[in-house]
Amino acid sequence: MSGVTGDNALNVENLKVHFGGGTSLFGAKPVVHAVDGVSFSVPAGKTFGIVGESGSGKTTTALAIMRLVHVTAGRVMLGDTVISELQGEDLRVARRHFQIVFQDPYSSLDPRKRAGEIVREPLDLMQIGTLDERDAKVAKLFEQVGLRPEQRALFPHQFSGGQRQRLGLARALSTEPSLIVCDEPVSALDVAIQAQILNLMTRLQRDLRLTYLFISHDLGVVQHICDEIAVMYLGQIVEQADRVTLFKNPQHPYTKALLAAVPTVHGNKRDRRNRVRVKGDPPSPINLPKGCRFASRCPVVEARCHETLPSLKEHSAGHKVACLLNENPDYQLSDN
Amino acid sequence: MTHPLLSIEDIIVDFETRAGKARVLDDVSLEVNSGEILGIVGESGCGKSMTALSIMGLVPDPPGKVTSGSIKLDGRELVGLDHESLRQIRGKDIGMIFQEPMTSLNPVFTVGEQIAESIRLHEKASTKAAMARAVEMLRSVEIPEPEMRAKAYPHQLSGGMRQRVMIAIALACRPRVLIADEPTTALDATVQAQIFDLLQDLQSEMGTAIILITHDMGAIAELADTVAVMYAGCVVEKGKVETVLSAPEHPYTKGLITCVPHLLPDPPKVRESLQEISGVVPALTDLGKGCAFAPRCSEKIDRCEAAKPELRTSIDAHLTACWVAEKETGV
Amino acid sequence: MAELNDPSEIPTVKVMHPAREMLGMFFQNYNAVFGLILLVVILLFTFVGPYLHTVDPFEMVWAPFTRPGEEGYLFGTDYLGRDILSAMMAGGQISMAIGLAAAVISLVIGVTVGAFAGYYGGWIEEALMRFTEFFQVLPTLLFSMVIVALFGASLLTVTFAIGVVSWTAVARVTRSEFLRIREMEYVAAARSGSATDRYLIFRVILPNALPPIIVQANLMVGSAILFEAALSFLGLSDPNVMSWGQIIGSNREYILDAGYAVAIPGIAIFLTVLAISLIGDGLNDALNPKLRQR
Repeated sequence: MSGVTGDNALNVENLKVHFGGGTSLFGAKPVVHAVDGVSFSVPAGKTFGIVGESGSGKTTTALAIMRLVHVTAGRVMLGDTVISELQGEDLRVARRHFQIVFQDPYSSLDPRKRAGEIVREPLDLMQIGTLDERDAKVAKLFEQVGLRPEQRALFPHQFSGGQRQRLGLARALSTEPSLIVCDEPVSALDVAIQAQILNLMTRLQRDLRLTYLFISHDLGVVQHICDEIAVMYLGQIVEQADRVTLFKNPQHPYTKALLAAVPTVHGNKRDRRNRVRVKGDPPSPINLPKGCRFASRCPVVEARCHETLPSLKEHSAGHKVACLLNENPDYQLSDN
Repeated sequence: MTHPLLSIEDIIVDFETRAGKARVLDDVSLEVNSGEILGIVGESGCGKSMTALSIMGLVPDPPGKVTSGSIKLDGRELVGLDHESLRQIRGKDIGMIFQEPMTSLNPVFTVGEQIAESIRLHEKASTKAAMARAVEMLRSVEIPEPEMRAKAYPHQLSGGMRQRVMIAIALACRPRVLIADEPTTALDATVQAQIFDLLQDLQSEMGTAIILITHDMGAIAELADTVAVMYAGCVVEKGKVETVLSAPEHPYTKGLITCVPHLLPDPPKVRESLQEISGVVPALTDLGKGCAFAPRCSEKIDRCEAAKPELRTSIDAHLTACWVAEKETGV
Repeated sequence: MAELNDPSEIPTVKVMHPAREMLGMFFQNYNAVFGLILLVVILLFTFVGPYLHTVDPFEMVWAPFTRPGEEGYLFGTDYLGRDILSAMMAGGQISMAIGLAAAVISLVIGVTVGAFAGYYGGWIEEALMRFTEFFQVLPTLLFSMVIVALFGASLLTVTFAIGVVSWTAVARVTRSEFLRIREMEYVAAARSGSATDRYLIFRVILPNALPPIIVQANLMVGSAILFEAALSFLGLSDPNVMSWGQIIGSNREYILDAGYAVAIPGIAIFLTVLAISLIGDGLNDALNPKLRQR
């Protein structure tokens, strides 16, 4: 593995991805602030989770790091390499160090290629190893992800959803990357299959010392697999902490609402009616409010929230929160 | 004892497929009372949605066919009714909401028109009166500014709003039974919570019986009164939610509860690996004569592959179809 | 490693290539099979027939306007006393060759334009699609007549003229398929597997875009045959080469006296285009994976 020195495998600084803009026949096109100034870093061998609802920009963040969408501003560094600034052939060659696993195991595999070809494709494209070495590598990858090597001859539609996701993992692992971006890798799978894939991912991380960037909307899954978690809302990180702190001591009203919204087997009918609820749907990332982006849905909103956009500030060691109310240490939210 | 509002007895549904005959529902019996929520859980392909379709009389025929069994709504037999009678019952007595609120709404009519339409299908009402009722329905599903929203087209509403509209349509004629097939799968967590609250409110106000189909054990725990766990077309365990979730007897139910990483308010520092249910749901065309779950079961004994277990009561109307559980409880 | 036991549910024996599956579907479609048989019969007639019936189609062999079946002439003779049976065989070869060649030309231009427009988008797409629209709004028959009139009525120019006026439909189909498929995650996956643009266009997207293009190309052969007939009928084809359209064109003045001389090639064209259309419909169904699952 080249290029990775220091503690952090991935550094993201002030990443911005804006879509649209410019002018058309009918006047100025609206700008969508999909990702609006996101910074975080992921230590090597760890899993960094990003949670959020639709429109939060979590998937766009993943795609921007993968250089699959245009980066408007900011820097993405993989080890010492500034991957957000690579272009053309340099980018193509660098891609072997960062790979992605997609959400939909049905649309992420080319239906006209055999399973073996799909996993082999990155090796062929990057001319890694001799032909025999590539074959051996593919066979080994199949075994690593829990597939039988003779299944290489099958076509994607002959696999179940869970097995297809194993194929997706094998393909991502083929170039021996240091970073794997996982975009909702288990949300399209049946509950019983999710556990199989999550355990496989944990085992692979331990064996191969992989760094994961894990995107999900499922708080239970994120809590299980991630070491550090960022909560995103409308293109920005609103809270970030390690997995124990975030769930034990959430500070941002949005995080609290999100946690309260998830039904759990430990809950019951009576409890659920006493929880905090947020109103309405997430607003669109086109017409962003001037103040805090959560203000329109916040259960504890104050007048100043509509005026000032809070920035992500340290709340305690390693725990960052972007909430005006939270800057006052005496303020306590009155729920639970 | 009064009979339940809706009772399904020994329903069997077969499908002719290219791979052979598949028994998609095998001897399914369920019942739900007024004001109660029955949860049905299981993986995809286990027969949850087919149960809903058979209640609605919507089993696609061909290739499907209700082979035997009975479905009674308030004592009235639904199996074998002609199309027109079934159409009258659908919407009027039994409403249904689906997973994908976008594709279930007609994009060329306003939501108000669509609600009014479903009212006029079942009741004599003038266009104006139906429209007024539609606005009332939108208000009751807590859509802000219902007069305005009634004039909106589906694409102008958010996902959560659209699902509320679907609920308004399903409830427009005040049905006694509402079937909700994965109603929140396409929605965000905070919106899902709102929809669940709404369903609970409507149920307690109107006394509707709700059948909630889901794969989420958490939703069952927080919403349902009774639960039925389905696997490969069979009900493998059913009973009161508290008993089934706190003391599951079938290995599949146990697996469904433990394989999901549940959100904990105080997560342990050391992560444990998840309990897996190995393998996948079997194809319904080649089920053996034993228990359908046996190939994936970690507690399997010889008897499991030889004969199929039947639902048996252990305690307090808690039924399980499992040889191992039967041996342990000594019934 | 308990997971190694998981995948045992999938039988490894049932490896069926999608193409094989597609053929199976095709042969279950009676209309398509009928079309295929019809086409094979026509091909045998035109390409094997001349070896069994060796009469020069340009030679005057008997009195003009001999009715079909009289004097041993199955299809009769034309206004110059030439054997229509051998003219039909020779003309069939040319008609089909022109149809095929024109379809290939339009396929090459159409797929190239459509693929680049759909893949790159932006100003490239704008420019290419305006270019396509320019060809689309030209009255096709008139435009091809102009080409033939300008460059002379040879086989080559006729084929070229037909190809040039009929590629726009292929370009549109290709572009819309590319627009759809380029958003698929497996394309993004190949890109992050460091695929080049060329690889993405030709090895990833194009194979998946082929089904509707194949159907379109198939129908194009039929319409090219019709087009050639139309040009010949108007006297705008190579007079030294026999084709079905040429037979119709040269006998059109005698249509009232010798209708059969026009009707026989007309029926042949009709049957050929029908056969190709039936095959095209069959391919369309067979290549549509949604139908295949039923």
